[in-house]
Amino acid sequence: MATDVHRPVTPQAVHVQGLTRSFDGRAVIDDLRLDVRPGEFVALLGRSGCGKSTLLRILAGLDREIEGTVLVPRRKAVAFQSPRLMPWKKVWRNVVLGLPGRPERAVAERALHEVGLGHRSTAWPKTLSGGEAQRASLARALVREPDLLLLDEPFGALDALTRLKAQRLVGELWQRRGCAVLLVTHDVEEAVLLADRVLVMDGGVIAHEQRVDLDRPRDITDPRFAALRAGLLERLGVEATAADAA
Amino acid sequence: MSISHAPPTPSKPAVSPAEGSGPELQPLVPASSRRTRVPRWLRRTSGPVLLLALWQLLSSTGVLASDILASPGRIARVAGDMVADGSLPAAMGTSLQRVAAGLLLGLVVGTGLALLSGLFRIGEDLVDAPVQMLRTVPFVGLVPLFIIWFGIGEAPKVAIITLGVTFPLYLNVYAGIRGVDAQLIEAGESLGLSRRGLVRHVVLPGALPGAMTGLRYSLGIAWLALVFAEQVNADSGIGFLMVQARDFLRTDVIVVCLVVYAFLGLLADFIVRSLERLLLQWRPTFTGR
Repeated sequence: MATDVHRPVTPQAVHVQGLTRSFDGRAVIDDLRLDVRPGEFVALLGRSGCGKSTLLRILAGLDREIEGTVLVPRRKAVAFQSPRLMPWKKVWRNVVLGLPGRPERAVAERALHEVGLGHRSTAWPKTLSGGEAQRASLARALVREPDLLLLDEPFGALDALTRLKAQRLVGELWQRRGCAVLLVTHDVEEAVLLADRVLVMDGGVIAHEQRVDLDRPRDITDPRFAALRAGLLERLGVEATAADAA
Repeated sequence: MSISHAPPTPSKPAVSPAEGSGPELQPLVPASSRRTRVPRWLRRTSGPVLLLALWQLLSSTGVLASDILASPGRIARVAGDMVADGSLPAAMGTSLQRVAAGLLLGLVVGTGLALLSGLFRIGEDLVDAPVQMLRTVPFVGLVPLFIIWFGIGEAPKVAIITLGVTFPLYLNVYAGIRGVDAQLIEAGESLGLSRRGLVRHVVLPGALPGAMTGLRYSLGIAWLALVFAEQVNADSGIGFLMVQARDFLRTDVIVVCLVVYAFLGLLADFIVRSLERLLLQWRPTFTGR
């Protein structure tokens, strides 16, 4: 679109306008608009197949078959649902893979320490547990010092306990690093726990937006937390009573 | 259904132990304590040794005539003589040289073509169809043509081995390249790897297991091709020794040569295994430690 080349007035980490992505003539993302402020933590919810992962892939620069305006920082990093470590590289080599120049091992080791994996830097990926591999993948993203961190259901494949720990870790890393985060998830509780703003995607656009103004660290048993969760679940088409009973 | 007038028995086990005690317990012995003391390698070698003993027995009792098949003892003696007079080491050296040359050429040609058609779409269009056509031609059938082209020296022998080695390498390296996980490629892209970086850090290491399979196949075929090549118009090498022995009805020499082929094959297999141990230790499925 020729008219949208100008930069927005307020500083932004992501600016998307009029974005359309079609698969075989069917628009999965249809004239979508999205702005993320620097340092903001945004969670993106939606039913499966609503196009939330497609949006993340577009923001990551992995999908270029698009129409519309998409502005993203040059320094961005992705952590996928599966860790996607190169099995033929030791953990620390995975972390520095793709960095410009000849990065030193200390660089990788610092990032691994930050996610609590400093002792596994010379391990093969096959020897890592699911949670460890996901943390290594997180370290690989962080070592790029991104202005935008894209997380595609990074806790989806973890067991409940490991997931709690990983969620807390991501919250801490975000507060320390201060980068903008876009977290794609299908877990409403996770979204309310971590995000400043929760978006619900439906019909190819952002159909609903919910600010979360609770203090951190957040308490799941807080009635305001429950109210936010129930409201979002309703938006996603799940009966609030059924969810509360569970 | 029969109806008995006996009072209904309570649902207790038929043989009820003393009141209050549980079921009879059976000790489960750990697997390690039940194993025999004989080490595994000894048990593994006992089969072939028994077979050899049987063979020796049949030979010494005259059931197996020596011009049909020489006895193991005689074969060992002949092998000792052939090593002592230098004919066997010389023949082995010649044969090994031929295999090495053919293997090296085949490695270069096979992996080169596979990289071309695996990495570039235009390479695939140009290379893959002809190679797929040529590979269905039995390479042994080309021996007469190669003799006309290259004469009867070393060239046709090396060429036959090269030809046999090229195709399994090509097929497996190509399949290895094309079989690299698309998710890993995408992860590499998201990390900012260039096209060259992707090939170096993602595609080639990912194709390595396929390449090792190809190497294993081509080593097997290299020995096969060597046997064929050396039985036509050779004046040196193990195959030549065998042809000569056939003319003199020396079954002992023939068997010695077969044993040598077998050991060289084992050696080649050992080399590939060691390479795999070194290069594929990252593989989750790898169990050859």
